[in-house]
Amino acid sequence: MTEPVLSLRGISKRYGPLQVLKNVSLDVYAGEVVALLGENGAGKSTLSGIIAGSRAPSEGTMTWLGQPYAPATPREAIDKGVVLIHQELQLLPELSIAENVFIGRWPMKNGVIDRAEMVRRAQEQLSRLNLHIPATRKVAGLSTANQQLIEIAKALALDAKLLILDEPTAALGGAETEALFNQVRKLRSEGVGIVYISHRMEEIKQITDRIVVLRDGVRVQEFADSATPVRTIVESMVGRPLERMFPPLPEPSGRPVLQVSGLTSPVRSFRDVSFEVQSGEILGIAGLVGAGRTELVRAISGADPISAGTIKLNGEELRLRSPADAIAKGIVMVPEDRKDQGIVVTHRISENVVYPNLDMFGRRWITSKMKRTFAEQAISKFGVKGRAEQYASDLSGGNQQKVVIAKWLMRDPKVVILDEPTRGIDVGARAGIYDIIVNLAKKGVAVIVVSSDLEEVLGVSNRILVLAQGKQAGILDREEANDVSVMELATI
Amino acid sequence: MVAIDITEQSRPSGVWLRRLAGATGPLLGLLALCVFLSFATDAFLSLRNGLNILDQITVLGIMAVGMTFVILIGGIDLSVGSVLALAMMVMGWTANVAGMPLGVGIGVALIASAVSGLIVGLLVTIFRVPAFIATLAMMSAARGVANMITDGQQIVGFPDWFMMLAIDRHFGILTATVFLMLVVVLIAWLFLKFRSEGRMLYAVGGNPEVARLAGINVQLVTIGVYVISAVLAGLAGIVLAARLDSVQPSSGFGYELDTIAAVVIGGTSLSGGAGGIGGTLIGVLIIGVLRNGLNLLNVSPFLQQVIIGIVIVLAVGAETIRRRRA
Repeated sequence: MTEPVLSLRGISKRYGPLQVLKNVSLDVYAGEVVALLGENGAGKSTLSGIIAGSRAPSEGTMTWLGQPYAPATPREAIDKGVVLIHQELQLLPELSIAENVFIGRWPMKNGVIDRAEMVRRAQEQLSRLNLHIPATRKVAGLSTANQQLIEIAKALALDAKLLILDEPTAALGGAETEALFNQVRKLRSEGVGIVYISHRMEEIKQITDRIVVLRDGVRVQEFADSATPVRTIVESMVGRPLERMFPPLPEPSGRPVLQVSGLTSPVRSFRDVSFEVQSGEILGIAGLVGAGRTELVRAISGADPISAGTIKLNGEELRLRSPADAIAKGIVMVPEDRKDQGIVVTHRISENVVYPNLDMFGRRWITSKMKRTFAEQAISKFGVKGRAEQYASDLSGGNQQKVVIAKWLMRDPKVVILDEPTRGIDVGARAGIYDIIVNLAKKGVAVIVVSSDLEEVLGVSNRILVLAQGKQAGILDREEANDVSVMELATI
Repeated sequence: MVAIDITEQSRPSGVWLRRLAGATGPLLGLLALCVFLSFATDAFLSLRNGLNILDQITVLGIMAVGMTFVILIGGIDLSVGSVLALAMMVMGWTANVAGMPLGVGIGVALIASAVSGLIVGLLVTIFRVPAFIATLAMMSAARGVANMITDGQQIVGFPDWFMMLAIDRHFGILTATVFLMLVVVLIAWLFLKFRSEGRMLYAVGGNPEVARLAGINVQLVTIGVYVISAVLAGLAGIVLAARLDSVQPSSGFGYELDTIAAVVIGGTSLSGGAGGIGGTLIGVLIIGVLRNGLNLLNVSPFLQQVIIGIVIVLAVGAETIRRRRA
C-alpha cells in the first residue's frame, strides 16, 4: 500500500488529572473509509477534534501527506484539507445553499462577493454529490439528509482530502442513509480518506473498510475483515463478554388498560390508528422515519392534540388537553429527545426528579432535604449511578435516561410510553434500560416502546404495531414478528 | 451561576451566607466595594449612610424582584419603568382628581399594573409574541397612558402619612418603604426556594418543553410571572411617589435597564433557569452602594453611568470566565 495521508503516533490527551486518550496511533490512507468505534467517553470525539485542529494533543505527533502536522485551529486543518463534519449540522437555515457552502470564504471580485461565481461553484459541488437542487435555494426546509450532503459539499468546496463524519446518520432514515452511503462510496473512489464515527454497527459493517475500536482512550483493537461478527466488535468496545441483552418477557394479563381507536392527528401525521395495550404487556411501535410513531405517542400522552378518535383508560374515555391531564390519569411519557424534552441538563438530578411531581408536595414548603430524599428514593430503585445533588449534565446518557424514567415512577403510572428509550446510549448500558422496561410490565403497567432500532422492538415487545406513512400497517404477535415481516409492513 | 453551584456541590454543607446569597462572586465584589469606600471616604461607613443607601434602593429592589422572576423563566420585561409611571399616575389621579381616599388610589394603581402585566402575559403565551417585543410595546403604551391621564402634568399634594412612609424611621432604623422592600425580598426568596410554584419557574426557565411534558402549566406560570413583575413595578411606583411626594408621568424612565442590570450582576442567567433572589439583592446593593459611594467621591453623574456599565461587564464576564474554568 502507498503512504498514509494521515498518521497519528502516540497521541495522548489529558484534561487535568483526567486522561481521555492514551498513546493512540492511527493511519488513514487515501480512498478508504475507517470506522472509529467506541462507547460514549471512549475518546472518539477528542481524537477527531485533535485531527481537525479544534483540540491540541498533550503528547504525540501527526503527519499529513508526509509533512509534520499540528493544526492550532480548525481553520488551519481545513486549509490543509482536513474537514470535520459535526453531528449537529452547522448550517445557517435562512441563507442560500451557495452561501452556506462558501461562508467565510466567499469568492471575491473587485472587492465584492462574486455571487454568480459562488452559485456556479456551489452547484458544481452539489452535482458531484448527485444533489439536484438549485444552489440559490434557502437551506431551511431541506430534509436532514440533504442538509447532511450540503455539509459534505461545503467540505468538498474546501478541497477536503480527509473527511471526518461524526454520526452522520443519527437523524436519517433507511433510504436517506443509503443515499448518503452512495455518496461516501463515490468520494472514496475519488481518493478521499474518510473517518467514520457511528454507533450503528450494521452500517459500519456496510460502509467501512477497517474498524478501529477505542475503549477508555486506548486503541484496543482493529478489525480489517467486514465479516467479523457484530458481537465480537461490541464485546471489544465494552471490554467484556456480552450478557443477554433482553430479559424474558412476562405474560400479559389479558386485561386491556389502554384502548385507542380511530386516532387521527389534525395534521394527518397519523390516521385512524386503533390498538389496545393490556396490563403487563409491552407494545412495540415500529416504522420508518416520518411514519408518525412519535406523533402518535405524543398525542396519547396529551402533548399534541387529536382531531378524531378516542383514548380510553380502563374503559373511561379521556379528553387530554395537555400533558398535565394525561399525567393526572396515569399516562406518562419518556420523550424521544432526552436533552430537549426529558431532562434539564443544567439542573440537579433531584430537581429533575421533582419537577413532574411538584403536585405531590401539595401546598407544603419544599426543602432541599425533601427533594433529595424524594429523588434518592426514585433513583436508587433504578440503579442510577449518581447522587441526587449532582447535575444531570455530569451523567452519562444511560444514567440520564434512567433519571427521566425514574422521575415518573413515584406516581405509580398505569401506562408508560418510552420513545426511543436507548437512543444515544451505549450498548453496555442498554440492557439496564431493558430490564427496567420489563420490570414495569411485570408490575402490571401497560408499556409502549417506540423505536427505530428493529432489534430493540423485536426484543422487548409482546406485540408490535407497525406504522407506514401515518397509517396502521398491521399488528404483529411476537411469534410472527421478525425483521423481514416488520420491514415488509413498514415499507407498504 | 454554574460555577457557584459547583462550589456548593464540592462542599455540600456550605456556608449559610453562600446559601442565602447564591452568588459568591458578586458578594465578594460588594464586600470589596464597601471596604474600598470605607477607606476612601469618611462618610461611607456610618449607620446613617447605610440607611440612606437602603432608602435609595427600595424602588430598584422591589422592581428587581419581579425582574428576577421574569428572567428566571427565560423572559425579559422592558415595561417595568413605564408600568411604574402608570401606577403612579393612576394613584395620583384616583386620589387627587377623582377625590377618593389615597388607600383606594393605591389599590386601583396595583390593579392597573396587574392588568398591564396580564396583557403582556397573554401576548407572550396565547399570541406567542416574543417577550422582548411584547414588553417593548407595553413600555410604549403604558408610558403613553400615564401621560394621557393628566396630559403630561404632575400631581402633587398627598396626605402627610403617605410621605412619612418614606421618611419616618421606625425604631430609629427602618422606614415603612424599606421594610416593605425587605418583606418583598424575603417572601420572594422563600417562594422561589421552597414552594412548588417557585420551583416551577426554574423548570420552565431550564427548558419549557421538559416542563410542559412534566405536566407543568407553562402558560399559566408565564402569565403569573409577568403579572407579578408588573404588580411589583406598580408597588415600586407607589414607593417612589411616597419618596417624591408627587407623581409625574416621566418617572421611571430607563429604570428597566437598571433593573435588568441588577438582576444580571446578581448572577441570574439571561437564558433562564439559574439564579435567584439572593443574587439579585446583592446586585441591587452593588448598584446602590456604587451610586452612593461615587456621589460621596464627587464623581460626576455622567462618569457614574460609564462606571456602572463597566461593572455590569466585569460582573458578568467574571462569572462566565469562572464557569469556563470550572
